[in-house]
Amino acid sequence: MAQAAAKHGENHAHGHDHGHHDPQEMKILGFWFFLISDVILFSVLFATFIVLRDNTAGGPILSELIKMPGVIAETFILLTSSFTSGLAVLAMNQGKVKQLISWLAVTAVLGASFIALEVYEFIELIHEGFSFTTSAASGAFFTLVGTHGLHVSLGLIWMIGLMLQLKKRGITDVTRGKINVISLYWHFLDVVWIFLLSIVYLLGVM
Amino acid sequence: MLEGLKEFASEFFVTGDPLIYGAMVAIGITMITIVAVLTYFKKWGWLWRNWLTTVDHKKIGIMYIIASIIMLFRGGVDALMMRLQLAMPNNEFLNPEHYNQVFTTHGTIMILFMAMPFMFGLFNVIVPLQIGARDVAFPFLNALSFWLFFLGAMLFNLSFVIGGSPDAGWLSYPPLSELSHSPGVGQNFYIWGIQISGIGSLATGINFLVTIIKMRAPGMRWMKMPMFTWSVFSTCIIILFAFPILTVTLALLFLDRFAGAHFFTLDLGGNPMMYINLIWMWGHPEVYIVVLPAFGVFSEIVSTFSRKKLFGYKSMVFAMLIISFLSFFTWAHHFFTMGSGADVNAFFAVTTMLIAIPTGVKIFNWLFTMYRGRIRMATPMMWTLAFIPCFIVGGMTGVLLSVAPADFQFHNSYFLIAHFHQVLIGGVVFGYFAGLYYWWPKMFGFQLEEKLGKWAFWTWNIGFYVCFMPQYAVGLMGMTRRLSTYGWDTGWWELNFVSTIGAFLMGVGFLFQVAQIADGIRKYKSLKASADPWDGRTLEWSIPSPAPEYNFAITPRGDDIDEWWEEKERRAKGIYPPEQPLEPIHMPKNSGIPFIMSVFWFIAGFGFVFGWLWMAILGLAGVGICMIARSFSYDTDYYIPVDEIKRTEASLRGSV
Ligand code: HEM
Ligand SMILES: [Cu+2]
Repeated sequence: MAQAAAKHGENHAHGHDHGHHDPQEMKILGFWFFLISDVILFSVLFATFIVLRDNTAGGPILSELIKMPGVIAETFILLTSSFTSGLAVLAMNQGKVKQLISWLAVTAVLGASFIALEVYEFIELIHEGFSFTTSAASGAFFTLVGTHGLHVSLGLIWMIGLMLQLKKRGITDVTRGKINVISLYWHFLDVVWIFLLSIVYLLGVM
Repeated sequence: MLEGLKEFASEFFVTGDPLIYGAMVAIGITMITIVAVLTYFKKWGWLWRNWLTTVDHKKIGIMYIIASIIMLFRGGVDALMMRLQLAMPNNEFLNPEHYNQVFTTHGTIMILFMAMPFMFGLFNVIVPLQIGARDVAFPFLNALSFWLFFLGAMLFNLSFVIGGSPDAGWLSYPPLSELSHSPGVGQNFYIWGIQISGIGSLATGINFLVTIIKMRAPGMRWMKMPMFTWSVFSTCIIILFAFPILTVTLALLFLDRFAGAHFFTLDLGGNPMMYINLIWMWGHPEVYIVVLPAFGVFSEIVSTFSRKKLFGYKSMVFAMLIISFLSFFTWAHHFFTMGSGADVNAFFAVTTMLIAIPTGVKIFNWLFTMYRGRIRMATPMMWTLAFIPCFIVGGMTGVLLSVAPADFQFHNSYFLIAHFHQVLIGGVVFGYFAGLYYWWPKMFGFQLEEKLGKWAFWTWNIGFYVCFMPQYAVGLMGMTRRLSTYGWDTGWWELNFVSTIGAFLMGVGFLFQVAQIADGIRKYKSLKASADPWDGRTLEWSIPSPAPEYNFAITPRGDDIDEWWEEKERRAKGIYPPEQPLEPIHMPKNSGIPFIMSVFWFIAGFGFVFGWLWMAILGLAGVGICMIARSFSYDTDYYIPVDEIKRTEASLRGSV
């Protein structure tokens, strides 16, 4: 089969054939649907947490163990990282690759510090006798917060991959699409965190 | 050393049952034969290039359907074994433990590994053709979905010979499915088999939503979309909202079993009822996921074989959207008897009954479409006609079940078994059969001969009523489901015996279908199908059978619901569309990553099943590497040049 070599991907040849659909636009729409499914996923975890949070089976109670300063620091770091990911997109729209990569790097460092703080918080809780297997309530807490943390961690790996691609290929239609998608993802994780903060932590200590 | 090995093998492989030894030998022989045949005919390269790495939606659809029919066979053998066991009182063919495994695998396989892939197969083959598209929105993801489904299904089936099958029912209620009551690996196979294929299903849902929203032919506005495409759209919305619930539910169950959590356990604050709510929040919509596309198929067929426009197109669309919405508000009707209280039960009883209204609208529309139509009795139409009475009876018994107080009598009896098989077989299976017969020529380029098809039709249908009508009666007489044996004094045996005969008749029907297909393949040259063998109405019939890899040489327009029918009328009047120049066609390249990545998922799943963390981590690392490899590959598409299109079109159309 004669496969005509396509000078594709790099500079997408628009208007090449009729009825051709903009792939970047479709990717973003697909990603929105993925986010909807992720919202459902988190909703189920939230529901589980709410149902089970008082089932401590006589073990330690989360609200008595929460250390708010750490949580506030996490919140602050994550919100800032969302802001810097926004700056990255701005830099991209101005065509500045170097700036774009730097802002992504800042975002990634902030994300990593968030994860580090979270891990520290988990270790503290486990020391206090509130571990994953202690009770239904503890399992629900670690699963819900941990799932968010896992999302952030995967986002970090992905972001590093994208920085490498940007270095190699610069800003093209394809890389632009990828950056748009990851910044959407990053903002989404921020929103989920706000819910975590209010439902798990603030309602917990009040 | 040898002792250790022996001990390991006796835990690893399932032993002690002649049926299982038989299966092991059969699996071994089949594998060796496949490998030998592929090697002898030097077909490995062909298999890899044409099938394992393909991203062509039509081929993926065909693979889905083949896998699904194999699973129908496996689930069917399970069904026959159960019916054999129940044919006579005090039977000792299957012991209770084995019986539990058989009904669990039967239910799981039929719904998740037979109905779902059959449906996805039809989506894949038809939707892009109906909307005038060259492909689905994300061809790579589409291939990945297929392989995830396939390897998930294989993982599930492996439990039969390795480790042991799950036996806590197709929805695995805790505490039965918890470590405390199912310490073996069977439940782990259940969790990971479904989990892996479930990710694929969710991805397919997203893929087809974007495809339908973004890739319709110019002129095809929402209310001009063919009915099957509408049914796929509403199904995918349900998938998008329902499947994440399943993913989380199974993940939580796994955390309980594997990591010692207490979500659904009986101790340390766990709440089994939480699981039952969650699983039915997925499970009930799931039933509509599998039945809505069948409704879409019937709509296409009724209109084609009555040579009339579908009656009440708009009301059909709204009925479907209303069903997909309501399906999320009925889940508690599966446990009216479990103490939710009268208010909750009343709410769910009412929402359940409401679904009968849009469903009734659809049935009347099909009947009105046929009214005064010029009806042709080809096999697709026969399956459609058989569906209608079957579904009406099944729907009415469903309304009976939805009366909460009455359900205290029907709950978990054979009355329920008869009801849901009536809607699942009469609605879903008949619907997909109808679709398979209808689109067969478009998929394979030849027609199946009708004679054997009619034999299959009649044995299936007669068998169906002989099998399930007695079950309503025996259910009212007090026979409960998941019962492996009963005594002479119950007075149930005559009805059960008749029911078993019916089940075997359906088995004969299946054999007729296999024979029909085999016969068709043998004679396929003489059975060559034209582009439009049924005098169809929608765009898929405007291109050659089988469709070329790029589907449409020239992007069609979709200004009318029955665009191709209108086009034929215009042509009959001598009005031809203006000539359009061919242009190079943009296509996605094949890729081995979906297959390889799914194999890694399989490895990870297998590791989790046996609690071998090293293997699970190895598998997950492989998955990660595949994802990164994909993210870094930029050279993923190519263009088919104009002369190649010309050549293909000429050879397919005979120089038209
Ligand atoms: C082809 C003819 C079929 C026969 C003769 C048959 C027979 C049976 C029997 C005997 C049971 C077990 C009843 C019990 O002891 O509890 C059963 C359960 C079930 N069947 Fe079928 N079946 C057939 C097809 C199907 C199909 C096509 C589907 C779905 C698409 C299906 C879905 C189920 C489910 C979900 C269960 C419940 C399993 C459980 O209790 O966990 N069956 N069937
Ligand atoms: Cu239901």
